Formats: sequence, structure tokens, C-alpha cells
Amino acid sequence: MRYLPKSPSERNEMLAAIGARSIDELFKSIPETFRLREPLDLPGPLSESEIIEYFRARSGENARGFTSFLGAGVYSHLRSVVSDAIIQRGEFLTSYTPYQAEFAQGTLTAIFEFQTLMCQITGQEVANASMYDGSTALTEAILMAERLTDRDYVLVARSVHPEYRQVLHTYAKNLGLKIEEIGFTESGQIDRAALTPEKLSRAAAIVVQSPNFFGVLEEVPPLAEAAHAHGSLLVTTVTEAVSLGIVRPPVEADIVAMEGQAFGIPPSYGGPYVGVIATREKFVRQMPGRLAGETKDAEGNRGFVLTLATREQHIRREKATSNICTNEALYALAATIHLCLIGKEGIREQALQNLAKARFALAELEKIPGVRCAFSGRTFNEFTLEFPRSVKLINFELQKEKIIGPYSLGLHYPELTKNAVVCVTETTSRAEIERFAAAVRKILEKPV
Amino acid sequence: MSTLLNPKPAEPEAAAHHVGKVRSHPSQNEGLVFEHSIPGKRGMELPPLDVPAVDPVAALGAEFTRASVEGFPEVSEIEVIRHFTRLSTWNYAIDLGMYPLGSCTMKYNPRVNEFVARLEGLATEHPSQPVELSQGCLRILYDLQKCLLSITGMDAVTLQPAAGAQGELTGLLMIRAYLESQGNPRRKVLIPDSAHGTNPASVVIAGYEVQNIKSNSRGQLDTDHLREFVTDDVAALMITNPSTIGIFEERIAEIAEILHERGALLYMDGANMNALAGVTRPGDFGVDVMHLNLHKTFSTPHGGGGPGAGPVMIKKILEPFLPTPVVVQKADGTYALDSNRPQSVGRVRAFAGNFGVLLRALAYTLAYGPGIRQATEDAVLNANYIRKNLEKYFDLPYDLPSMHEVVFSDARQKAKGVNTMDIAKRLIDYGFHPYTTAFPLIVPGAMMIEPTESESREECDLFIDAMRSIAAEVDSNPEIVKAAPHSTRVGRLDETAAARKPVLRWKPA
Amino acid sequence: MYPTDYRYTKQHEWVKVEGTVGTVGITHYAQQELGDVVFVEMPKTGTKVKAGSSFGTVESVKAVSEIYSPVSGEVMETNPLLVDAPEKINSDPHVTAWLVRVKLDDPKEVSALMDGTAYEAYVANAAKDH
Repeated sequence: MRYLPKSPSERNEMLAAIGARSIDELFKSIPETFRLREPLDLPGPLSESEIIEYFRARSGENARGFTSFLGAGVYSHLRSVVSDAIIQRGEFLTSYTPYQAEFAQGTLTAIFEFQTLMCQITGQEVANASMYDGSTALTEAILMAERLTDRDYVLVARSVHPEYRQVLHTYAKNLGLKIEEIGFTESGQIDRAALTPEKLSRAAAIVVQSPNFFGVLEEVPPLAEAAHAHGSLLVTTVTEAVSLGIVRPPVEADIVAMEGQAFGIPPSYGGPYVGVIATREKFVRQMPGRLAGETKDAEGNRGFVLTLATREQHIRREKATSNICTNEALYALAATIHLCLIGKEGIREQALQNLAKARFALAELEKIPGVRCAFSGRTFNEFTLEFPRSVKLINFELQKEKIIGPYSLGLHYPELTKNAVVCVTETTSRAEIERFAAAVRKILEKPV
Repeated sequence: MSTLLNPKPAEPEAAAHHVGKVRSHPSQNEGLVFEHSIPGKRGMELPPLDVPAVDPVAALGAEFTRASVEGFPEVSEIEVIRHFTRLSTWNYAIDLGMYPLGSCTMKYNPRVNEFVARLEGLATEHPSQPVELSQGCLRILYDLQKCLLSITGMDAVTLQPAAGAQGELTGLLMIRAYLESQGNPRRKVLIPDSAHGTNPASVVIAGYEVQNIKSNSRGQLDTDHLREFVTDDVAALMITNPSTIGIFEERIAEIAEILHERGALLYMDGANMNALAGVTRPGDFGVDVMHLNLHKTFSTPHGGGGPGAGPVMIKKILEPFLPTPVVVQKADGTYALDSNRPQSVGRVRAFAGNFGVLLRALAYTLAYGPGIRQATEDAVLNANYIRKNLEKYFDLPYDLPSMHEVVFSDARQKAKGVNTMDIAKRLIDYGFHPYTTAFPLIVPGAMMIEPTESESREECDLFIDAMRSIAAEVDSNPEIVKAAPHSTRVGRLDETAAARKPVLRWKPA
Repeated sequence: MYPTDYRYTKQHEWVKVEGTVGTVGITHYAQQELGDVVFVEMPKTGTKVKAGSSFGTVESVKAVSEIYSPVSGEVMETNPLLVDAPEKINSDPHVTAWLVRVKLDDPKEVSALMDGTAYEAYVANAAKDH
């Protein structure tokens, strides 16, 4: 077998050196009754070309050739082949967590750069080396707010990604954390009137997403002020990280939980992605996740090490800030490489292209009779439209045109069954936007 | 074969020079990317905009816009390639040689896995796209599920958890839900003192109390006294098998029985599955819930700390509680995501899981098929070969058969003032990444070594030579070991200063 | 080494009683076991503490130790020096690096603890087991 660097003769020699007559002897500590006598029922073994054939076949059974207008937490953005070229280097791909700092300065330096970039883009003071994804990063950020305020009640906007809220609920159930969902106004933003002083004075945090699930930008400064006036914190989450190329970062927030997938990480049917928590320096000891810190060796050479490890499970065990161990290091590296390539000018240009394309699409779609923008709030590259007909039917027809239509809100927002969120990024051509609008128009023109 | 020289303290490099694995060579210096950044440089261009440009302040309002991302790097493509390539050369990697980290299973990461993960039509798919347009992805998940069930001998599985720790939590949530459905979720989970730190941390997040139980004098679970601990308010025992000292818990069936008698469940941390795949199945010996670490046994790359995946396998009684959505095959043969599961513990993360990692694990499994047993046998063979060749040099705290990893202690070397960390650091000069130090907690001065099946006899011999050479140095020249490493770009770093006054980001001067 | 007018616990904390005020710290033995101290987590003033219960932690790079209060009472003051200079615990654990000052519920409570001589013997024994 090509992954096993042994010849039969070597195996025999090694057994002899150990003093064992057969390999079975080395398994004698497993009770006889549990030792398998038959090979497992598994497909294979496949040669390399057969493996490729299997997966190529699978790749043809998905949405190749379709144009998609889906966002909803996962975004199709440009990325350079340079990222893959670098993350496929064995020294990055096949290396371990950098616990032995002298032999892992490459990884540690890159983590330090990632942490820096995350601070710069979010406007926060410290950032960790990654969480699993945005959804778990948000849950952990909320648990962090709970620890910091010693309050077990949180106010979560309904306009936060439904799946993120589901994850929070799963974790919160067993931790005595009480969640109250706060609705939205006709702007599509969180209903600030519902954030009463009584509620805020009991809450660990207000939790919003911006741009939110409807694509609408939340106003961070007044929310932070309201929270702080009552001893509460503001936790924000960002699912479309490219927005921060032109959208003002949530500087007034206390904790930011971001999904970094938009920074050059492929959609890959849901993962792996890269979550990150960024916060104020004074909260760092309550922040979960690994941290790389700068230091020196005895000769004064600069180096980086994993630090503040006493927060983590391998030292703190049941009192740890989180149970997280393995994170998304390789994808934090991919995001770092991507951001270095796209750079200060590029991230702004990319964000502007998204804004322009989305506004163009919105204008085209609003021309269609019966189609209107559902919310009055400002949007970036996603916006919610209200249709005169069931979104399910529209999307069904669009599929025949090899178009994956907008995200239907009816499933998660029962009062919004005729609404859907359209996402347009820099990767969607004008021609495709026009084709999409034309297709929608045609579908709506057909008698019911 | 190497020569065991007694190097003079003034020439630390001389010793490493005479050992077969490494020789020094210039390595490129490199600062932080921000230190190369100069306004006007760019690493990536975008195609031109084909729709009218929009003024952001007009579109969003001044209060919602930012002028730029202060401090973001401005460098060219070549500088990015050079920067990261130089950085990469400062790392060790499986691709360079053995990584003997115990319980990490640092095996070869097959390159075909990287290739198929990047295929157009797989890397490009959106998790919320219609199910009928995702049949290829869903089949990959479904096929992996079948393979994992076959290997573990369990009844049902979730692929959602993003890592082993999250798998532990998911398993515990299902245990809780099951016990709740039986009338009483109970309060405590038993954890051996040899357990990995994620175990107790996960227990707490699941809303349970940790009760630590001491291992017996053989480093194994104290089965003789287990009954006393399994009271009516114990929900489960979390066991790692083989244990974190690499030894199989032969009384595992008895352990399961004791728990089941009291209505409690047996959770198995599958981190050490590399000793079992194809040889035995946890489902057969009484395990109710277990997770696997795909980035260990199933070869998905560690990538400097992640990503991983921690699928959880369960017995039928727990099936109603699986996280949603569940990947199913319908009667018509098509695949779907089933969210209609009223007793589900809920969702543990957005979307279906770390699909790219899961895909790689399937590619790995397909490469071996039923031949996966050979990998397990080679892993155990390598560990025992190393053990045999080093047991005269290092103390073996437990004289029990090792499986895929062997745990020594620094007891002998301690007498000369040299500890496991020192030996580990000196191993770097010999060209190997250190083994696992300081874990498990039940072995003071632990030296946990797991070669995996990916190591040739040659590489094992080089490792043995290095360890023997260091043992000799401890006798003749302990200072050189205590001050190691000598050949790396940086020496031992001041971790105290890093923790007292943390500097966690670059700032402009 | 160990001040004779202090009292000591089995978990290596010391307390110095002056009237109704108890000054609490950790001993030289404790700091030696811990290694370089990097951070101290202390209770807020006004917190009620109970003899034998944990009221904070002392951290080194690789370990965290709970601090158990030798006395019951109310925290009046925490040592501001340790916020920026936690290393003082290593250099002067018995004087400069006191942790908290407690308003004692019962100053006589400490008579149950070890005196300097008894603690010295206790530590010598503990060191032998290493």
C-alpha cells in the first residue's frame, strides 16, 4: 500500500527485533472476543486515479454551471491561486500546533499576523488565533460576555443568522443562559425600543449581526451606548467580512465574533471556515482560543509563542474559558495570505465592487412590477426583496434557467414568506445579473 | 548508523552534524509582512467593474463608512510568496520526517486528498443551495458515514462537529437528552485523571459536574473500585481507549457493564483509534457514544493547529437525539438533509460540517478499504519497535503492552538534573520534532511517543539513534541537553515575559 | 525563612493578624512550586471570604493555583502592586507581595493554623516526597 513505507521483510525483521512471533501478539491485550477475524466491510482499496474518478463523479452531481445569488453567511469571492500554493506547502499543511515554539516560528509568525489583521479590520484591540466558524465564535463570545458581567440573560436580535441562533440555543440550554430574541423594525434593524432599561440592566449583552441576515447594517454606536449605560456589553457578529472593506468597523462593540470565510476561503459546502473573536485588551483573559504573543530568546532575538495558555483546557481543564483545542489554523493562514495579497487598496476596491453590483441588481429588480425592497435600512451586498408570489415557486422556475435564486426567508421568519435575500458579489457579472432580473420578470409575468 | 560522539560544549552543532538526520544550512530571515508594507504596492488585482460605480458615502451614509483599513499591508505578489515561503522553512512538518507526538497521530497527509477537495463542483458548493443540486456533496457525506459506522461498529453518526472537543460536547449533549427522556438527566460525568483536558472542559459546557477518578497503579481505569463511583447521579464515564498511555483497557466490557447496570452510558474518546481500526470495534465492546478525530486517525492535515472534524458515532438508543440536520438517503435513493427531528439536541454549528475535512477523510478511507487493518498493524509495530530499542535507556512507568504509542518517563535522567522538556528540546537539534511532554498528567516527566504507520524502518532507526545519543549526552554532558535547542533560529523563548506583558499584535512604530 | 508571627495553612498560604485585620499571602514554598508568576486573580473589595474556600488564583506560564483563604471575613484591600508586578510574589512572597487584607470575623480563628516552626517542618516533609 503506497502510504505504508514497509516491505514484508522489514516487518518480519522488526517483529524479530521486538521478540514477537506475529503481529497478532502485539494485539493480545485486546480480549479475543473483540478481535475481528474478518476484514471490515468497506469500499476500496482504490488507486489514486480511482479516487479522483469517484470525486470527479460527485463534483458533476452538484451545481456546476449554475449562477448563484445566495449569501446567507457564505460568500463567493475572488481569491488568488497564490493562497493555495502556499497553504499546500508541506511545512504549513502538515505541521502541528506550535507548542514547541523553536521549531514552529513559521506558524507562530503567521498567527501573529492573522491576529493583527483581525484587529485592524474589526477595529478591536486583540484577536485570537481562530475559532471553528462564525456560529460557534458568536456562541463563545456570548458565553464570554456572560462571564465578564456575571449575568445570565442575553438579548439577541432576530436578524442574527438563524443557524447562528440555533447553535447558541444548543449551547445555552445546559448552561442556564436565558435568551430573549428582539425583533426588527421596518428598517430591518433591531428594534431599539424593545431594548428597555429594565432588560438592559439584567442583560450580559445585546447581540446583533451587521450586516445582518437581511443584509441591513445595524447602528453600532447607539447600541453600545445603550448597553454600557446599564452595565451590559455589546457583542456583534460579522458574517460577510468583506463588508469591512468600506463599512465602518464595530469599534464600540465589546466583543466581535467574525466569520472569515469571505477572506479567500472557498464555500466548500459549509466548511472548513474560520471564526475569530476580537475584543478589548482588558477582556483578553476571558477570551477563548489560542493566542500567539511576541517575546525574545536569551540572545534578544524576536520570536513568537503561544501564550496566556492558562485560559485553555489543557491547563485549566474544567475551569477553562472553552473546550476548544483544534481550531482552523490552516484557514486562518489562508485568510492571512489573502489579505496580504488583496491589501489595503484591494479590500476597499473589492468592497466597492460588491456595493456597486448589489445596487445595480437592486435597481434592475425593483423595475419589475410587484417586486420591492422589504426594508429601508442601508445594505452592502445583500438585500431583502418582497415578491408578489411565493419565493419557493420563483426559485423553482429559476433553477430551470440554471440560476440558484435568493435565500427564502419563510423557513426561519414565518411572517416573511414572500421575502428573500439576494446576494451579489464581485464575482457575479453584469450579464448574469441582467439575465437573473429578466428571468424573474418572465416568471412573474406568467399567469398564476 | 550514527556515531555516538561526546560533543564538546563549545561546538553544540558538532553533535547534530554527526547524526544522520540533519545538517545545518542557511535559513532566510524574514520580518513581519507589515514591516515590508509601503503605500502603493499591491499583491492582487481585480477585474474591472462592469456596472456603474457607487459612492459609498452617498449609498451608505458617512456614519456607516470607513476611509480605509488602517495598517493593512501593501505588498506585491512576489513579496507575499517570499514572505510565507521563508516562514514555512522555519517549521517542521510530517513531510520532513517523523513527528513523534503521542496521541496526535501525525501520519502522512495524502496529496490526492488535497486534489479532490479542490475540485470545481466540490470546493465551490454553497451549503444552502437546493438539496437536489447538492447530491454529490450529500453522497460524499453519506458514504463517509457508512465507512465510519463500519469501522467503529456503531449504529448512527453525526458529521457536524468541527473538532474532537466539539464532538465530545455533542456526544455529552446526546447523553443528556437521552437520560432526560428517561426521566432524569443526572448530574455527574466520571473522568479518569489521565484524560485529555478537553474532556472535563466539554463536560462543564454540557451542564454536568466533573468527577475525577484516579487511575490504578497500572495507569489504567480502576475497574475494581468503579462500582463505588457509579452512583445514580452519574450520567456517563468518558474513557480513552487505548488510554492516554497507549495501553488497551482490557476490562472495557466489564466497565461498560457496570455503567449500564446503573443506567449510565460509556463515552469513548476516539483519539487513539489508530491502534484499533480494522482490528477491533468500539461498538462491539460496549461503547455507547464515541467521537473520532479525523485529523488524527483519518489523515486530514493538521495545518498548524486545525482544521479538524470530530464526528460522533452512537448506538441506536441515542439516534433520536442526533444534531440536525441529519444526512439521510430517501427511499428513492436520493440524499437529503433531515431537519424534522423533534428530539434532536439541536444544531452544534452552522451548515452541515467541515465538509472539506470530511471529504479528505473519505478519500483516505477509500484508498485503504478493508486494508485499513494493515495501517493499524504497522502503527503498533513501529511503536513497539521503538519501545524495545529504547527501554534500556529510559524509564517505562508501566510495564504493560503498548499499542500505537509508548510512554516513557524522565525518571532516570532526572537524577542528572535533566527533564523531559530538556530531552525534547535536544531532539530538535537531531532534526526531530519533540514527542509529547507533560501529558498525560498521571506520568510525571512523561515522554509520549507515537510514530504512526507512516514511518519507515529507516526513520524509526534514526529516531532511536537520536534518543540513544541524547541519553548518552545526559550522562556525559548534561548541560548541552539542558540548554537545547542550539541549532534553531531562536533559542528557548521567554514565555514568562510573553504572559506577563502580552504583545498580541503588531503596531506601527 | 518563615516569619514566626505568621500562621500557615496546609495549602501554603500565610496570614498575619494585627488586631481585627488579617493580611494574607502565599508562602515561599508555594511560589517556588509555581515558578515565575505571571498573573494574579484577586477578589473585589467587599467580597466575603470563608476559611478553606478559594478566593482567587495565581498563575505561572504553565499552571494555575487556587488560593484558599486561611480566614473568614471581608476583603478590605487587595495589593495594587501585583497588578503590574506579579513577579513580586516570587521575590518577596511574605512581605511586599501580600495578596489581600481581610476584616476578620474572628481573629482567634487562626490559632488552629500552623505556626512558623510547624510549617517549616511541614514543608521539609513535603520536599522529601518530591
